[in-house]
Amino acid sequence: MLLDIRDLKIEARAEAGWTPILHGVDLAVDRGEVVGLIGESGAGKSTLGLAAMGYAAPGLRFAGGSVRFDGTDLLALPEARRAGFRGRRIAYVAQSAAASFNPAWRLIEQFCEGPAIHRTASRAEAEAFARQLYAQMSLPEPDRFGLRFPHQVSGGQLQRAMVAMAMACRPDLIVFDEPTTALDVTTQIGVLAAIRQAVEGFGAAAIYITHDLAVVAQMADRIKVMRHGREVEEAPTRQMMAAPREDYTRSLWAVREFRRPARELPGGAPLIRVAGVTAGYGAKTVLEDVDFAVPKGATVAVVGESGSGKSTTARVITGLLPPQAGRVELDGQALPPRLADRSRDQLRMVQMIYQMADTALNPRQTIRQILSRPLAFYLGLTGRAREERLHQLMDQIELEPGRFLDRRPSELSGGQKQRIGIARALAADPRFIICDEVTSALDQLVAEGILRLLSRLQDEQGLSYMFITHDIETVRAIADEVVVMRHGRVMDRGPRAQVMDPPRHDYTRQLLASVPQPDPDWLTRRIAEGVR
Amino acid sequence: MTRAMTLASLRQIPPTALIGLAVILAYALVGILAPLIAPYGEAQIVGAQFEPWGGDYLLGTDSLGRDMLSRLIWGARNTVGIALLTTLLAFLLGSVTGLLAAALQGWIDMALSRVVDVLMAVPSLIFTLLALSALGPGVWNLILVIAVLDATRVFRLARATAMNVMVMDYVEAARLRGEGTWWIIRREVLPNITAPLIAEFGLRFCFVFLTISALSFLGLGLPPPMADWGGMVRDNAALITFGDSTPLLPAACIAALTVSVNFVVDWLLHRASDLKE
Repeated sequence: MLLDIRDLKIEARAEAGWTPILHGVDLAVDRGEVVGLIGESGAGKSTLGLAAMGYAAPGLRFAGGSVRFDGTDLLALPEARRAGFRGRRIAYVAQSAAASFNPAWRLIEQFCEGPAIHRTASRAEAEAFARQLYAQMSLPEPDRFGLRFPHQVSGGQLQRAMVAMAMACRPDLIVFDEPTTALDVTTQIGVLAAIRQAVEGFGAAAIYITHDLAVVAQMADRIKVMRHGREVEEAPTRQMMAAPREDYTRSLWAVREFRRPARELPGGAPLIRVAGVTAGYGAKTVLEDVDFAVPKGATVAVVGESGSGKSTTARVITGLLPPQAGRVELDGQALPPRLADRSRDQLRMVQMIYQMADTALNPRQTIRQILSRPLAFYLGLTGRAREERLHQLMDQIELEPGRFLDRRPSELSGGQKQRIGIARALAADPRFIICDEVTSALDQLVAEGILRLLSRLQDEQGLSYMFITHDIETVRAIADEVVVMRHGRVMDRGPRAQVMDPPRHDYTRQLLASVPQPDPDWLTRRIAEGVR
Repeated sequence: MTRAMTLASLRQIPPTALIGLAVILAYALVGILAPLIAPYGEAQIVGAQFEPWGGDYLLGTDSLGRDMLSRLIWGARNTVGIALLTTLLAFLLGSVTGLLAAALQGWIDMALSRVVDVLMAVPSLIFTLLALSALGPGVWNLILVIAVLDATRVFRLARATAMNVMVMDYVEAARLRGEGTWWIIRREVLPNITAPLIAEFGLRFCFVFLTISALSFLGLGLPPPMADWGGMVRDNAALITFGDSTPLLPAACIAALTVSVNFVVDWLLHRASDLKE
């Protein structure tokens, strides 16, 4: 047994005293074995992953149990001895490579730090090993790649460079903490292949932390499901995927099956038409001749990688970025390109819901203040009428008015905050809502609740949605029509079935093929097919 | 807020901040009540020069035979009052322009920022000395010159912190709603930057206060016969050579207030930034 964590208890500093966040968790990892940790945020996955290195983040403390690595109890060692294990025998790959690399040093300098500190290799040996790893991970110009600074490489390349760095001292165990969560699907597959190769090629054991079931199914030999700092269940991957034992696990599996029932669209003229829009910042053109329409009462999903111009399209529609050419029509009428020239009624009709509910709600205002403003501003509601409408809105988003109206955003959970964002858009009594990645910061179960809510509101109020997303599952769940974008151009558009089932355009095919499937052999097949 | 909650929140204030608050409160009271508690008038000559401590004159008399204690008390009113007024003015000027620059951006931001750069390029004491010798000494000139110079620092802080808030989605949401610039500044931005601004207010107050004292010491501060602590140090400096510590009293008053304000500011900063160390 390489790593043997027994009955581990970890506590977090709270207002008064300490509250437990891990309630006695066991975790065993054999040599060469990959164990997947899965669960929603707050489940204690990352805390457990860091504890495998004998480390507790600031504000946390070990309160019981043991962490035995190769026979040594890390928790019993002084900090200096524990540090001797980290980087040399146990390595760590973080979620955000951009935040983890020091922007002031070249990649290879940072690669060589570990071997230099632990004296496992000479500088020349370390550099040679780095070049070898860069080549194995299909990084461009492996001999010169290390001379670049972190900002000179793409997100996916940087993440692969971090995987390479974790291998620098040939560790026995690597902890991967959501290493691909921040990446596009088309980039993710390359990083997954690199991780697979690193782990298999060097026979290292790994702990793979993620909230994405399909990803963990590719990487792990064994899966442990966690919730609220406790183990829900643990089983070999294939068994877990085929027959989960616990209700909670089954509910995690079931999320991906949410599909909005097919329905008849009212038809008629489209509500929003984006006609031949070319736009950009300064001399840089971001959108070129973008053209699509949103029918009344329909959901149009705009999909593409980051940088494809999805959000810029939203900025043009809302009037934040006047286009260089083309126009946006609302109900057959051209909208003034500039926000300042639009009438209050035009502004009211087009509302927006944001990805990060944290930054979308002013932390200094109460929910009542946040929701009251659009009611007063657009509809002139005051006093009792406003209070009644507030209660109505809260009922619509399924939150109790009495409990929530006087709280501030910081006192709400992520899903509740997102619901308030929806209520703020609804308060304007709009006809068209732009949803900018509204579910991508949320756990799957919570995200599903939001999708169901949005679908119900659409049915009740005949709203039209433009759904900006990079998540193909979300598209399958709710979209009536799909617009596929790449490098600021529309690649394909039309009813969902025509665009996606089967994919009509080459790029759509590539996009769909990159989405991990909850089938343990998916990645192996993709690698065999030679997709990077 | 109930009384129990007030007491509970008072108990959470660290002792240094409590000491600071107490000293500031005492200074404020002395300043406001100066006419009532000062035994003699501000410019009243009551006895011989440099009389020793004790007797009728608790802390002796100064170089012109004015009561030292009375002048210290009047000095609290003048020096602290003027420093407060100057700081308020600096904040009004600096935060309004800073917020406008952050909210409007474009050429307005450019113009305001460059003006501030120019003002900050000249060492402030030299600039103050120049401006005051051109305008002539006088209470209002003093307030105006120092306020304008200190407003540059407030401008930078207000602009930088407001910029951080301006990029938030809730500000974009307000803009999309059609809110005006002034509403966005007041409702969305200002509440989110009050903490750093209040902390800066304390620090600025200290600097203004020290600048006035320094100018008085140089003879360009408050015009005589107004009592102010910087001037009092200079007027009685000769006594030091005779081993008399009287000139150190006004200096001690300056030091005590500066330290107290800093205690309170540290606490506010700590609370605002949520630093745990």
